[in-house]
Amino acid sequence: MKGRINIDRERCKGCELCMTVCPKKKIGISKKLNTKGYYPAEFSGDTPQDSDKTGCTGCSLCAIICPDVAIEVYREDKE
Amino acid sequence: MKKIFSRPKSLKDVPFHYCPGCGHSVIHRLVCEVIDELGIQDNCIGVPPAGCAVLAYNYFDVDMCEAPHGRAAAVATGIKRMLPDRVVFTYQGDGDIAAIGTAETIHAANRGERVTSIFVNNAVYGMTGGQMAPTTLPGQVTTTSPGGRSPLRDGNPLDLSAMLALAAGSVYIERTTVANPKGVNRTKKAIRKAFQVQMEDKGFSLVEILSPCPTNWKMTPTASIHWVEETMSKIFPIQVIKDVA
Repeated sequence: MKGRINIDRERCKGCELCMTVCPKKKIGISKKLNTKGYYPAEFSGDTPQDSDKTGCTGCSLCAIICPDVAIEVYREDKE
Repeated sequence: MKKIFSRPKSLKDVPFHYCPGCGHSVIHRLVCEVIDELGIQDNCIGVPPAGCAVLAYNYFDVDMCEAPHGRAAAVATGIKRMLPDRVVFTYQGDGDIAAIGTAETIHAANRGERVTSIFVNNAVYGMTGGQMAPTTLPGQVTTTSPGGRSPLRDGNPLDLSAMLALAAGSVYIERTTVANPKGVNRTKKAIRKAFQVQMEDKGFSLVEILSPCPTNWKMTPTASIHWVEETMSKIFPIQVIKDVA
């Protein structure tokens, strides 16, 4: 199953809890500050060449633990 | 792809003022998700506390009525008695419900008021700068117990939920945590059940939630969730304390 997450970088406060729970370790910390002055989390599964191969399973553990509701999770429907 | 997780409808689209890694915002989201799932957004009245969550009315898109410090259970009693068809919940921290509000809470539980309390236990006074609270663990360093809390001098952590379980009017009391995804899911189930107990007019319900406070514990958010799991849940075990629903 394939999934994808969207992290709202302006809402994220860089607490890194999503990184600790991601089973695929697909979340990293951005090198660029957001406007609040935090280094937000960013999804590292995206490759511009092949947007299907994200490595994300859409388990939504990151979104469940995220204190700032900054993560939206998308998952392909089960066939 | 189908969106499977996003903000609940009754959580306003504004950024939280809470510190990075704070448990309050997770609990706000869970309460809003339960309100959405039970379809009670137009029929729900919340009572926020004094403490970090004093501005909770900025986030919940339901009617809110601010209470004086600790008196949320008394205010909720008044609201529920005048408007018995509403779902009334209080949202309180440990410095609010377990210190200044102990009397109101115990008597509301003993009378069996049909209200639900969300009790956020982070073992310190958060908003005022991390002073020792009744729920502070033995040995825990706070700004007013710099050498660690000494049980002989400062007393022992107060287990309010166990005290409320002794009250005849309390129906459902559970302690959970938001320090891991499993705990978050369990917390949501507990909040839903607590609301249902109230809607079925059975009596007082309370969910105590162990919540990380990285700023006042002087820890990183990651270290603080581990501290909840390894240290805090030894003193405050995660369990259903009372369920006679």
